[in-house]
Amino acid sequence: MTAPPTDIETPAPPPSQVLLSNGKGSTRRGDKVFSGLSKGSGITLLLIMAAIAAFLAYRASIALADNEGNFLTTFEWDANSIPPKFGIAVLAFGTVVSSIVAMVIAVPIAVGIALFITHYAPRRLAAPIAYVIDLLAAVPSIVYGLWGALFLVPHLVGTYEWLDRYLGWTVVLSFDGTAPRSLMTAGILLAVMILPIITNVSREVFAQTPRLQEEAALALGATRWEVIRMTVLPFGRSGVISASMLGLGRALGETMAVATVLSPSALLSAEILQAGGGTFAQNIAASFGESGQFGRDALIASGLVLFVITLLVNGAARLIIARRKEYSGANA
Amino acid sequence: MSAQTIADKRPVDRLGIQQPRLPRWAPLGIAAGAAVLAALIGVIGGLGSRIQWGLIAAILFVIGQFVISTAVEGGRQAKDRLATSLVWVAFLLAVVPLASLIWETVSKGIKVTDGYFLTHSMSGVVNVAPGGGVYHALMGTIEQVLIATLIATPIGLLTAVYLVEYGRGPLAKAVTFFVDVMTGIPSIVAGLFVLSLWIMILDFGYSGFAGALALAILMMPVVVRSTEEMLKLVPNELREASYALGVPKWKTILKVVLPTSLGGITTGVMLAVARITGETAPVLLLVFGSPAINNNPFDGGQASLPLYIYQQWGAGTSASFDRAWAAALVLIVFVMILNLLARGIARWKAPKSGR
Repeated sequence: MTAPPTDIETPAPPPSQVLLSNGKGSTRRGDKVFSGLSKGSGITLLLIMAAIAAFLAYRASIALADNEGNFLTTFEWDANSIPPKFGIAVLAFGTVVSSIVAMVIAVPIAVGIALFITHYAPRRLAAPIAYVIDLLAAVPSIVYGLWGALFLVPHLVGTYEWLDRYLGWTVVLSFDGTAPRSLMTAGILLAVMILPIITNVSREVFAQTPRLQEEAALALGATRWEVIRMTVLPFGRSGVISASMLGLGRALGETMAVATVLSPSALLSAEILQAGGGTFAQNIAASFGESGQFGRDALIASGLVLFVITLLVNGAARLIIARRKEYSGANA
Repeated sequence: MSAQTIADKRPVDRLGIQQPRLPRWAPLGIAAGAAVLAALIGVIGGLGSRIQWGLIAAILFVIGQFVISTAVEGGRQAKDRLATSLVWVAFLLAVVPLASLIWETVSKGIKVTDGYFLTHSMSGVVNVAPGGGVYHALMGTIEQVLIATLIATPIGLLTAVYLVEYGRGPLAKAVTFFVDVMTGIPSIVAGLFVLSLWIMILDFGYSGFAGALALAILMMPVVVRSTEEMLKLVPNELREASYALGVPKWKTILKVVLPTSLGGITTGVMLAVARITGETAPVLLLVFGSPAINNNPFDGGQASLPLYIYQQWGAGTSASFDRAWAAALVLIVFVMILNLLARGIARWKAPKSGR
């Protein structure tokens, strides 16, 4: 950017400039006010972030001081009983498991769609498909939740029974035929929800692959898949990683979709097809209604953990993107 | 691709230097074979679900094509074909749930959605009874989103101006980084923050305004990010021309830079509005909900569309499920209209590249 510094007005203005601006005084004041305002807004944003951390930490400390259980290892969430006893073990486990399920399903499919749009789909179809995927990112999470609870849950019973028949011996995939309002279902729903985000970011990265590299590979007789494996995927790897982490950030913090498809319980169970478990965000939404003042502080404590986790995941994703930008500029 | 077209033009390979290729109709043939075989397996195995038939057919197709292609064309072509079919499968896999979501919402929602539904509240309607409407929720959502937009847009816009026009050094870097990170804040955390500050410490009650504050926090980074992209697109020549005429920087920004990118900024703001319109979690914590019309966002519980869907789903009767689907339809239509409008503006106001 070659925008001149603000002190461009300092040299004595030629007579013509006096006609253009209403005198140098107001010019300088205008500049100062405007740059101050815009700088202030930037600082406001930083202050909001700091305030979020500070106030959550403050309320959380109140709750943690009176906690009878161990915040990290207790299974139950009985913040409203006396004495209060609550811990995030089950919530952390559920959050991680449902997010892993979502990532395992969503990332390969999203990369596939991104490749489909950039390299496989007929030209005329590619733009509309990308557009539709964009629109799907805009479907509100509560609608996904409603669909998940009323359509997906009943329709997954058959699949889960099938999994149980052949893979039930693994314990992880055993299932007894009750309504599958489970971590697995939540993970599948989350996968559907984060698919558009991962697809969009990956697609943009794949589309930036240097054309000459692809053509060079083609000229050497590579098949389309070999072109993708040798030029597109290596070029887009960090982009896909950061896209996945953005998706992960969303999956970790998703509230309503999980709250509608999960029957919470205080059990930490490896049987992820079976109803039960919980996630940070789901627990906040589900327990909030019956919580008193102290219960809310406890929920804020779990929210703080979620905040820190998503902060780390998103921060890492952004750093990867930023680093990539620096060296891809040389190729452009 | 190009190799294939050349090969098709030379059907006879007299020297024998070209690898044999499968004919063009081969994938179709294999697909038909796979479908027939899957149907046979389905009938014999007594599989009721058509989805299972389809899955078996898809798997048979992928395997069959790979085997035949390996035999005829060799490993490299076979891998290429395998990758192609896997990419198609990924695409179809993604389309199925998304199409189902839209279909379910529209087909179930359309039953209840009518003029009455849009113009009446839930006042005096019990959960089991049909009837009632979303008017109160629609009003609540519009008011909350409007307030959030009024708070978030100026701050977001000015921040973007700061980042593009003024920002240098560590402060700008920090703002850029934290705007990115802020985009990923879970909505429930924003809700908890406003809850702890506004309701628990400052002791204000539940209100639409409290919800709007949380929505504004979620909206700000989106506005900053999109506005920043648009401001960067404004050619530097325009700024320099303005400076050369002796126009001060702030006037250049207000009269040259912002008007040039107005279309894109509007699009960004509308997309941000569309995003926060569907947010449920902060509203659940801060707005509390209300069955009756409350047009005052500063006092008492208010309804909102996403919250309405959640509460009707939670009520668990068939009448309330119908209402939930209908409200979901209204919400989706609302959000989609915003999206389409925003993209329309983006296309209409797109900066002309050259002449």
